[in-house]
Amino acid sequence: MPATDPGARSLPDDPGASSDTLDGNAIGGLLLDVFGTEMTTVTGRCGSCGTASQVGEFTVYLRAPGTVVRCPTCTAILMVFVSARDRTCVDLSGLAELG
Amino acid sequence: MSPVSRGFHRRHAPDADPSRVPPGQYVTADFPVLSAGPTPRTAVRDWTFSITGAATPKTWTWEEFRALPSEQVTTDIHCVTRWSKLDTTWQGVTLDTLLGQVDHTGTFLLAHCDGGYTTNLPIADVLNGQAWVAFNYGGSPLAAEHGGPARLLVPHLYFWKSAKWVRRLELVDHDVPGFWESYGYNNYGDPWKEQRYAGD
Repeated sequence: MPATDPGARSLPDDPGASSDTLDGNAIGGLLLDVFGTEMTTVTGRCGSCGTASQVGEFTVYLRAPGTVVRCPTCTAILMVFVSARDRTCVDLSGLAELG
Repeated sequence: MSPVSRGFHRRHAPDADPSRVPPGQYVTADFPVLSAGPTPRTAVRDWTFSITGAATPKTWTWEEFRALPSEQVTTDIHCVTRWSKLDTTWQGVTLDTLLGQVDHTGTFLLAHCDGGYTTNLPIADVLNGQAWVAFNYGGSPLAAEHGGPARLLVPHLYFWKSAKWVRRLELVDHDVPGFWESYGYNNYGDPWKEQRYAGD
């Protein structure tokens, strides 16, 4: 592609793309608080693509106003946790199955 | 040896005017990258921006959008995760210009972005020079990790309202909570009233 093509303006690299994600083991403590049991070895199935993975293999974004957990295969949102004041809002609707 | 890694110290900007810093915020010289998902990378040749909903639908290509009059903006920004950054410089098209090109009756808008993110705003908060679709930051094209090719800039509200990778404004006649708002963040998000969470 010609470098002079104005329609092809390349976006700068995203140096934080890889370092901003962790795996599900990074939220083992949060999951223990929410579920009351060790969760990282539990299997969850993505409601979008159907891939089954251990929770510890999920992709986690922590550098955000909340914790967003995504499918390692299709990146669909599987779980969201938001701690607001004295409560934690939990959304598991992206999972077809957990456990 | 300090038990705290130097890497975890915040990089505070010295000598910040306290009157410019909302309650509960600290000033940083960095521009932290917050993200809830993979960084979208839409080439400008594929990029469009639309207004839909309670409006005559309108879509601009990148070239059409860039041909609109734009403004240089210097402003302070305030993230709900407690950092503030002063005197940031942007270039963007006002929402007055964009909404001025459609007939609309909506009183709220829901911004839709690449990656699926949404956030809601009252129309009254994006008119009269209060909001822009920004495409340059610091004199350079807006980097993807900061929302490029273009993002909303609504600096008088917490920065989650300044949605990255914005592609469409849906005008609606009632308030529809966006992504973070539906999980307990404040529907409005005034940093000077510290409206972080629902009920603040």
